[in-house]
Amino acid sequence: MSHDTTHAPEAQHGEHEHHETPVVFGFWVYLMTDCILFGTLFVVFAVMCHQFAGGPTGKELFDITNVEIETAILLFSSITYGFASIAAHARKKSAVLAWLLVTFVLGVSFVGLEIHEFADLVERGAGPDRSAFLSSFFTLVGTHGLHVTIGLIWMFILFFQILGRQGLSDRMQSKLTCLSLFWHFLDIVWICVFTFVYLGSVM
Amino acid sequence: MLGKLTLSSIPYDVPILVGTFIGVAVIGIAVLAAITYFRKWGYLWREWLTTVDHKKLGVMYIVLAIVMLLRGFADAFMMRTQLALSYAGNPGYLPPHHYDQVFSAHGTIMIFFMAMAFMTGLFNFVIPLQIGARDVAFPFLNSVSFYMTLVGAVLINVSLFIGEFSNVGWLGYPPISELQFNPGVGVDYYIWAVQISGVGTLLTGVNFFTTIVKMRAPGMKWMQMPVFTWTSFYAIVMILLTFPVLTVTIALLSLDRYLGMHFFTNDGGGSVMLYLNLIWSWGHPEVYILILPAFGVFSEIAATFSGKPLFGYKTMVYASGVITLLGCLVWVHHFFTMGAGADVNTFFGIMTMFIAVPTGVKIFNWLFTMYKGRVRFEGPMNWIVGFMITFSIGGMTGVMMAMPAADWVLHNSLFLVAHFHNVIIGGVFFGYIAGMNYWFPKVFGYKLRDSWGKWAFRCWFVGFYLSFIPLYIVGLEGMTRRLNHYDNPNWHPWLLVACVGVFVLAVGVACQVGQLICAIIDAVHQKRDALDATGDNWGSGRTLEWSIPSPVPHYNFARLPTVRGLDTFHIEKELGRPTPVESLKPIHMPKYSVLGPVIGVFTFLFGFAMVWHIWWMAIIGLLGVFAAMVIRSADLDIDFYVPVEEVRADEEAFAKRISAAQAAE
Ligand code: HEM
Ligand SMILES: [Cu+2]
Repeated sequence: MSHDTTHAPEAQHGEHEHHETPVVFGFWVYLMTDCILFGTLFVVFAVMCHQFAGGPTGKELFDITNVEIETAILLFSSITYGFASIAAHARKKSAVLAWLLVTFVLGVSFVGLEIHEFADLVERGAGPDRSAFLSSFFTLVGTHGLHVTIGLIWMFILFFQILGRQGLSDRMQSKLTCLSLFWHFLDIVWICVFTFVYLGSVM
Repeated sequence: MLGKLTLSSIPYDVPILVGTFIGVAVIGIAVLAAITYFRKWGYLWREWLTTVDHKKLGVMYIVLAIVMLLRGFADAFMMRTQLALSYAGNPGYLPPHHYDQVFSAHGTIMIFFMAMAFMTGLFNFVIPLQIGARDVAFPFLNSVSFYMTLVGAVLINVSLFIGEFSNVGWLGYPPISELQFNPGVGVDYYIWAVQISGVGTLLTGVNFFTTIVKMRAPGMKWMQMPVFTWTSFYAIVMILLTFPVLTVTIALLSLDRYLGMHFFTNDGGGSVMLYLNLIWSWGHPEVYILILPAFGVFSEIAATFSGKPLFGYKTMVYASGVITLLGCLVWVHHFFTMGAGADVNTFFGIMTMFIAVPTGVKIFNWLFTMYKGRVRFEGPMNWIVGFMITFSIGGMTGVMMAMPAADWVLHNSLFLVAHFHNVIIGGVFFGYIAGMNYWFPKVFGYKLRDSWGKWAFRCWFVGFYLSFIPLYIVGLEGMTRRLNHYDNPNWHPWLLVACVGVFVLAVGVACQVGQLICAIIDAVHQKRDALDATGDNWGSGRTLEWSIPSPVPHYNFARLPTVRGLDTFHIEKELGRPTPVESLKPIHMPKYSVLGPVIGVFTFLFGFAMVWHIWWMAIIGLLGVFAAMVIRSADLDIDFYVPVEEVRADEEAFAKRISAAQAAE
């Protein structure tokens, strides 16, 4: 085995065989499995949404104004990420960094608001162990929140990698595309959460 | 500090476990000592453990599967001997609590770590070669998947000696798997072993889906893909569709157990039937995930050893598609007794019966492939004949249970256990073993010894019927599954027969071990006459993997093949190989990485810590995995080029061997 004989110089990367990098396609496939994961959680919520076990209902618990702010923030962060993507295509490094920063701040505020909401519910005795309804609520919304958090950590790392040696290399471009898919996907999931979980419960 | 882990968690007072531990320790120390003595640590680390080469990962998966087969078989052996003894006044040698762990471990290990690992091993080795690719789409991810499967297997086996294993069966049904009824760590071992290896499988699914869609050799259209790749592709689609459901289901069970939630508990509004629906909407597709690649193996073998193209390639592809679709629409047949009502049960019953149609079509396809062919009964061919008979019987008892009214009675009986072993041993297991015999020479350049293989097959075939036909009978007589003791005198003689069967199977397993030991001996002695020069070890290979040398060079194809139709290699043999016009180019390949095993170690720490509630260690495990991923993402030195000189030397040597072989003929 001679896997350390010659290292591929960057210049040679252009002439790969017929397989251009399948990274973005593979990430798409992963996202589809994530879609099924969320789909399953929605089904579980649909089954559980009336199992209050004598505890509080969604109508009594949810503060729709707060959720609307969260929604606005997340949707807006998708737009700002879109600007980051455009800048990346134009190879404007500082613009990419700036838009990523804005997106990051928005994402952090979203997660902050969500944590605040959860803490408030737990304080009012409506934690995830109160009823099956609350278990499924916390799990579904929490899983989305966890995804957003992972997206933020990822963004954080990419930010420094762009600053560092990788710059806006081809590999970095495809990483940014993957994160963009991820981020917009989480937006779509959130719209379903907003509609079916929050609006569905208070309507 | 150590969570729930104390010295009393170690079962040093259970003689069977102490004996097993000593046995495992002796073998383990012997292996480690041998590696040290022959100075193979560096070789093992550099060439195997850090590899990202799909061929080596494939071999490691299959080694894991065989070790797990031995473990799972030991459990089966214990259960059969226990039931031969534990009649009337005799309690047998396994107390109920221990027996429950044995059948749970047997089922979990056989499905997740024997069958799934074997299947993934075959995917890894065969698929890239069949589609003319130089590796999978994400070689590093492939290594991570392997380590996740390995971690799951290690966790389950650690549970033997530290703590206990789950005692609630291979699917962990609540409410008995809930904390209220199962406060020990057994179910937690089950949860983390299945969860971690399940994520590994999901990543394998993403990887191979991308590989098949994006990396086929130039010119290979969908309807020119070899059948094994096709059926595996369907299995992979099912993995993508259903493994996320498994992940969620197991995660919800853990949330119940760790955070006191109420998904499946008796109180708080939980619903047990939700768990059953979720787990089976993964579980039924899972059995098709296992069987479809086996169908693919049989198709390749039937064509190769009949010297004819596969009969009805297209029907085979379409039938597999129909099976994939229907396989996702039948899960309720596992609990007709849920009380969903006659119309729901009728729907699922009829859907289940429908699956027999495409499956029957396939049986005829294989028969017609052999019909008027020049059939050679070499090693792999035995298993396919055994398969066609056995699987058909298993299929028919399956259709019997598809009738809700009949299933109402047969549900949860040993009739059911006989049915699924009938299809899973006769189908999945025979298929994978046939595949191992078939592709072994491709991996190592020489064949497994046929005599051992023939005896293994004979014992498995006879032993299977001896062990499981009696279970159909006692099942019809009302014996439920998972019993560890009984008083009914009618059952006793049948269970004695089944016990004889397991001894015959043991001889079969021993023959397989013997076959592998002989293979190692052959390798050490470099039996040159067994080495094949042409790469086409069976002489009648049809698909691309037989067009390259055996063992395969690490870059697979010196030149990417151009596909000119179905069974390209066969066409080339008929019409002559086109002389390559293009000159050789340096080949772009991924570098090996230590981060795969590193992620494995930290994942193990995480899983073990979660089982025992050692939170600091769980955090270290997570951080370790995270750090490894960040390092990987920052690493720019992940690939290299194989120089033209190396490829040319290989190619010339190969050409020389072929012409020498042709001259000798
Ligand atoms: C080697 C021959 C085998 C023998 C003798 C054997 C024997 C048994 C026995 C005695 C049981 C318990 C039946 C009961 O409930 O009373 C069982 C259960 C089971 N076996 Fe096997 N088995 C064999 C191979 C396999 C294979 C190859 C697989 C799968 C790939 C498998 C999967 C299972 C599963 C999933 C269960 C159910 C466990 C549970 O009840 O939760 N077995 N087997
Ligand atoms: Cu089923």
